[in-house]
Amino acid sequence: MTGDEHVGGLDGFSVPDEPRRPGEQSYFEPWTYTPEDLSQPDPSTCTSEDTTKHAEGLIRVLDDDGAASGSWHPNLSADELRLGLEQMCRLRIFDDRMMKMQRTGKLSFYMRSLGEEAIAISQTMALQDHDWLFPTYRQPGCQFVRGRSMVSMINHCIGNVEDNVKGRQMPVHYTYKDGHFISISSPVGTQFSQAVGVAMASAYKGEDQATITWIGDGASAEGDYHYAVNFASVFKPPIILCVVNNQWAISTHKNFASGGGNFATRALPYDIPSLRVDGNDFLALYSVTKWARKRASAGMGATHIEILTYRAGAHSSSDDASRYRPADEHEHWPGGDPIERLKDHLILIEEWSEEKHSDLEKKLDEEVVAAYKEAVTHGDLANGPWPPASTIFTEVYEEVPWHIQEQREELGK
Amino acid sequence: MTEMNMIQSLNSALDNLLESDPNVLIFGEDVGYFGGVFRVTDGLQEKHGSKRVFDTPLAEGGIAAIAFGMGLNGLRPVMEIQFADYIFPAYDQIVNEMAKLRHRSGGEFSTPVTIRTPAGGGIKGGHHHSQSPESQFTHTPGIKVVYCSNPYNAKGLLISAIECNDPVVFFEPKRCYRGPFYGDPHHVPTWKGHEYSDVPEEHYSIPLGEANLTMEGDKCTVIAWGAMVHVAEQGIKDSGISCDLIDLQSLVPWDRDAVVNSVKKTGRCVIVHEAPKTSGFGAEMSASVQERCFYHLESPIERVTGWDTPFPHSTEWDYMPSPQRISEAIKRTQED
Repeated sequence: MTGDEHVGGLDGFSVPDEPRRPGEQSYFEPWTYTPEDLSQPDPSTCTSEDTTKHAEGLIRVLDDDGAASGSWHPNLSADELRLGLEQMCRLRIFDDRMMKMQRTGKLSFYMRSLGEEAIAISQTMALQDHDWLFPTYRQPGCQFVRGRSMVSMINHCIGNVEDNVKGRQMPVHYTYKDGHFISISSPVGTQFSQAVGVAMASAYKGEDQATITWIGDGASAEGDYHYAVNFASVFKPPIILCVVNNQWAISTHKNFASGGGNFATRALPYDIPSLRVDGNDFLALYSVTKWARKRASAGMGATHIEILTYRAGAHSSSDDASRYRPADEHEHWPGGDPIERLKDHLILIEEWSEEKHSDLEKKLDEEVVAAYKEAVTHGDLANGPWPPASTIFTEVYEEVPWHIQEQREELGK
Repeated sequence: MTEMNMIQSLNSALDNLLESDPNVLIFGEDVGYFGGVFRVTDGLQEKHGSKRVFDTPLAEGGIAAIAFGMGLNGLRPVMEIQFADYIFPAYDQIVNEMAKLRHRSGGEFSTPVTIRTPAGGGIKGGHHHSQSPESQFTHTPGIKVVYCSNPYNAKGLLISAIECNDPVVFFEPKRCYRGPFYGDPHHVPTWKGHEYSDVPEEHYSIPLGEANLTMEGDKCTVIAWGAMVHVAEQGIKDSGISCDLIDLQSLVPWDRDAVVNSVKKTGRCVIVHEAPKTSGFGAEMSASVQERCFYHLESPIERVTGWDTPFPHSTEWDYMPSPQRISEAIKRTQED
């Protein structure tokens, strides 16, 4: 029970509250889930009923000490694990640098993936290169896996002349078609139902191509989430529907997105196999995504995944999370830190060391600084040069219609 | 040429494109096996299969969303919203998503969705089977807005809309599906023998953005779209005044040259639409006409529109512009 100590009835309705507010002791119920809890069903025959326990429990591979075990162990090579670790570190260091640039006015706005780095990196690595990614603003890391240059990403964020979306969108609203990474839109949730259409098109064309999409716990309250789940249930396209339950939607706690129960089980009544996974466990994320991808290839349709994690940073550069939750709450998250956990695992299996990790961070920091320095040679938001004003008028339609042409001439640029 | 009503000509357009382009898919509520509540997709599923023409869940927002996704992944979706009144759950997907995708992605993505939807009154549909919400789309950059009025332009415009690489909202005046409507509910002609009911069975297109001058005269310019084209025709005849009648056909982009050239000739202008007056597309046209034709105008521009009220059930003939109101407006423009 959270919030007011009554439940509707004659005493009025219930308004939830976050269990802990600023000044209170951070606390989460300890997890009892272990990597041995859950079997891995055959993806090519699995029904939604077969996943009831997977939706109610939590799929983990890494235990709290960094050891990997259980039926969901993906048995990745040490090279793959090191690559995953490197990409997660790259994303975190990139985020730190961009946040600093935001504070100096080089960007108008920024959003970090802090604490959620494993999601974009691991899940994209588990997919095939031509699979469609339809992300929110909290999965920019997919682009590192798909090979986008950091300079190009920074060019977008600082809205300079080389921004591939021509200064039209806020920072972090990336588009990267070469990497099958679909344009990000601010209205949260719309991508979830659109992604079902993307997957239906792949299926219609007879291609072995899956689509993965993500939505936050907050946005799962939008109609788009429910459209997506129902349409995916009815048409059974090759789609992976992920709810990133990071506990917070700006200041709105997840208990406003759901009055009870977890997010994973919501798709079971729609007859979609559903899993709940430790979102800070790189190996578990990889494994469930691979499993869902196999279902897509087998023509079994949609998979629904709740990714249990914690938004360790503020919502965005415009947000101060200490105003509505204990400032140290992320340190108490039972899932820990995704980078630390994979690092601990690699050290445990003697494929990594603290020294190598320090060297990696140093290398990545230099890489980010070099990319930043190169990007600003093309301008930044504070000082320009920006894309020409003519870009306001182009690509609204395939061809510029007369009324927009006249308005461009009126501006005179 | 074959004589067709508007349902048949729209069906013919869809059939032609299903035949010629494997990327065209048609879907919406009741459009599959049943062939649509107005019969526009009748027989298409049987002929082209249920992967090409299919029913969807009753969720306009979901229908628009999957259309968006299909369009960016190489298909050319044609979605139906059963009545324009029910388009609003899809409004976010149309206005914030489809309309902006090309621009927001720097041209990397686009989605060529066509949204077919029956609109307008005259069928005793009350509040929610009668509205004509075109101006709620003309105010959104990034989508094109089309409003057909007869069997011939319905087919040619629909083919252009589907072949267009931009999203298009395509309004069909449901009152005119089976016959032109001249404003008299007791006189219900069919399309039989009408000059615009001769429709080629093969593919043809009418460019988006071009109006059609359907009557020629020299004393007043009357502009209308959808069912109001025929009501305006009656109003002109009743007035006994020689008028140009412009069937606008496309609202975004609209054919300003056709309108301006006509008003410069006649010096007078009446705009007719069945949507409410305030912020209706007539207001945009009126402003543009005065910008371009101020020194040619001999009298104030008149607007004959639906009222700024919800659309009524029993009293719909007092709501919709009538030949009488149009005729009176034309006469007012002739006063000194």
